[in-house]
Amino acid sequence: MKKKKTLRPEGNPIVRFIRNNTVPIMFVLICAVCIPLSGFSPSYLLNEIVTRMGRNIFLILCLLIPIMAGMGLNFGMTLGAMAGEIALIFVADWQIWGIPGVILAMILSIPFSILLGLLCGKLLNMSKGREMITSYIISFFINGLYQLVVLYMMGPIIPIKHFSIKLPRGYGIRNTVSLLNMRQVLDNALSVTIAGVKIPILTFAIIAVLCLFVTWFRKTKLGQDMRAVGQNMEVARAAGINVERTRLISIVISTVIAGFGMIIYLQNMGNLSTYSSHSQIGMFCIAALLVGGASVDKANIGNVFLGVILFHTMFIVAPSAGAKITGDSMIGEYFRVFISYGVITVALVMYEAKKRRAKSLAGHKLAQDQLTEDKEAAQ
Amino acid sequence: MTNTKSPLLEMRNVKKDFYGNQVLSDINLTLQAGEVLGLCGENGAGKSTLMKILFGMDVIRETGGYSGDILFNGEKVNFASPFEALEAGIGMVHQEFSLIPGFTATENILLNREPQRRSVLSEVFGSRLNTLNYKEMQRRSAEAIEKLGVHIDADMVINDMPVGHKQFTEIARELSKDQLKLLILDEPTAVLTEKEAEALLDSIRNMSRRGIAVIFITHRLHEILSVCDRVVVMRDGRVVRDVPSGETNVMDITRWMVGRDVDAAAQNEARDLSNEPTILSIRNLWVDMPGEIVRNVNLDVKKGEILGIGGLAGQGKLGIPNGIMGLYEAGGTVIFDGKEIPLNNPRHCLEANLAFVSEDRRGVGLLLDESLEWNVAFPAMQIQGKCLKKLLGGLIKWRDEKAITDLTNKYIKELAIKCTSSKQKAKELSGGNQQKVCLAKAFALEPKFLFVSEPTRGIDVGAKALVLEALKRFNRENGVTVVMISSELEELRSICDRIAIVSGGKIAGILPATEPSEKFGELMVSGVR
Repeated sequence: MKKKKTLRPEGNPIVRFIRNNTVPIMFVLICAVCIPLSGFSPSYLLNEIVTRMGRNIFLILCLLIPIMAGMGLNFGMTLGAMAGEIALIFVADWQIWGIPGVILAMILSIPFSILLGLLCGKLLNMSKGREMITSYIISFFINGLYQLVVLYMMGPIIPIKHFSIKLPRGYGIRNTVSLLNMRQVLDNALSVTIAGVKIPILTFAIIAVLCLFVTWFRKTKLGQDMRAVGQNMEVARAAGINVERTRLISIVISTVIAGFGMIIYLQNMGNLSTYSSHSQIGMFCIAALLVGGASVDKANIGNVFLGVILFHTMFIVAPSAGAKITGDSMIGEYFRVFISYGVITVALVMYEAKKRRAKSLAGHKLAQDQLTEDKEAAQ
Repeated sequence: MTNTKSPLLEMRNVKKDFYGNQVLSDINLTLQAGEVLGLCGENGAGKSTLMKILFGMDVIRETGGYSGDILFNGEKVNFASPFEALEAGIGMVHQEFSLIPGFTATENILLNREPQRRSVLSEVFGSRLNTLNYKEMQRRSAEAIEKLGVHIDADMVINDMPVGHKQFTEIARELSKDQLKLLILDEPTAVLTEKEAEALLDSIRNMSRRGIAVIFITHRLHEILSVCDRVVVMRDGRVVRDVPSGETNVMDITRWMVGRDVDAAAQNEARDLSNEPTILSIRNLWVDMPGEIVRNVNLDVKKGEILGIGGLAGQGKLGIPNGIMGLYEAGGTVIFDGKEIPLNNPRHCLEANLAFVSEDRRGVGLLLDESLEWNVAFPAMQIQGKCLKKLLGGLIKWRDEKAITDLTNKYIKELAIKCTSSKQKAKELSGGNQQKVCLAKAFALEPKFLFVSEPTRGIDVGAKALVLEALKRFNRENGVTVVMISSELEELRSICDRIAIVSGGKIAGILPATEPSEKFGELMVSGVR
């Protein structure tokens, strides 16, 4: 496909670049200040960043498809994370470990993800234009159901055998499910160490496959339909595209990818906090994507990689930099949570501000035209 | 199947009413393959409704369908949806663009009809996972653009295109459909420059040569004369003339469009107030109201007069009051009573004693779920502190319920608003009575200056007369200057002193209301762009 031609917008190119990339630039600056303060060695830092890239990128990639379909940031990815966790609980109960355990968990997560994705997609179709807040609240609602299932139904209704994951009272799942026996199995499988930095080749290969899928998906009929629906639902409908179904599919795909992503994430961590692993995962993933320069209606794979690198660099260095400055390491911990929420807020506000600016530009254009017209008339 | 002698399209006695309001009566039309038909008429003459019927739009079925027969290709048709009409070979380019803003021209031309390639995954998961065949897309869009005969850049994103090219892209989309036999163009040249319009006319001639029939709706009459084989003029839901374009001219068509036997009926009480001081002076006003863009308007309103603003839809007449009152982004200077009014700030306008009755009754005009009392008294209370009791030396303001009720009842009586009581909810009233509530709301502000936008849109004849009468009385008795915006020229002529006609976003001319309709008609089409 030939490259699309776009007109060059007016204004100073440097100012425009800064304006369009405020959030990433802010983060580059924060990292630039914190890295020397933290006192970490480059190899330690690099090692940490590479590990976290392998852990997190797959999960964040799930956000791209709903953005393409114009549904904004899918806070409902938490649903996929829960599906992944349920699959892992079963696999842990059956004591299937290692790579087979990971693969089985992935397969097992698919039906849960599809079911939750369908529910989420249906509800989002009923609340067009308010997808983000709705998906955010849906994730709280489903979290309640998840706790009901895991805390009360697992045991009496859903058979859970293994004592290591069951609460001592006989039903419900323990606060932490140890995944030590599958800890980093994917990451270690084909890893190479270069200059002291461990590179998890297999995990990166899986991520590469997903990236290829996303790129390929954009070129499919379904991908094209999603982009059309995302930009203008009414026009797409008038052209005969089934808008509701297209949106539904985008959410289901996103949820399934989120399920896989959560399993990859947890095998890297090596344990599952049954009741809290998923609770902030959506927020952190979305913050990371936004840090990479994405917006509510535009995101690409580059944003995901840049976002993960910048966001996690800040995560790694902030506590120790905070400790150096204030003598209290909690300050850094506090700092990173507050930054995540801050980034999301800034990105949401900027999205609206950008729209408004584009609108007032049309007005200024009109005023400009009028001036030239007057001048011509005067001559 | 296809009899070459029978016309491509035939309409027999097509009638349509919206809830008892007859908008089309006994329309008879025939159209041969390759023929270009010019369709003209004032706003509300029924052109769009007729095209909607032909195109099988949902709104027609939802409002009770139509009566009469439509024959396409010699067969009786009744399209259940635009898709069926498309299938049969009817294409339509609407006034509003239906393009995906971030797609290229090619992607838009082939929207949802993209040539595809099968792949392994699509065999498993279904045809929606076919990949797009970009090469074939390029070829087909190039072919359609070639058919159009106007050069547009197939790889340019719609957002970055000049408006004219967007219009051409839409037409190219219709032309890319192989089954196309009839193309309906609804005011396609409204957004085009002279040169682009010329190119479009060429391309229409081109289509006609290929055997595609075209129905061309436009307000630019000279275009109709230059490109069409036949001209059909509609007025008040009827076809008033159906003549070969060679046998007519712009003057005739204008007369048929606006002319009715009303010159006598319009009781002209138009006064000459040119010696009065200017109360509102507008200089270099621009307003960015989508679809009603105003450019460089200069206008003086005399104290105590009723000034009408008329013009065709989309030419900017609605933009003027909406821009001054701060509802849409505007620029320029507006001087009211010697003081400059800051733009883009509705509160300042209201505080300066300007009031506005919006054309968007249900959206801007009324609090639909609230009582009439609230609707009438709310702005007066909010802006001027009327109907408020002051406690603790004005520290706490309390609503004076009795004053509110009295105020509302006064206007209910004065304007003969039909309602059960002043406590009734605004949404339960009929359109005409809602309009009266809007007026009451504006009157309650006791303004010095009143903008009234489309006060009679969508209300029946009886209510119309009452509303106009109320406006006139308000003007005469209270000395309030009124600017009334309406698409109905006769209505303006019946109560206004002077009428300004807006065309192409500018004031095309101001005439005393006593001038004959044709003069106004000429102004209306003069600057259409």
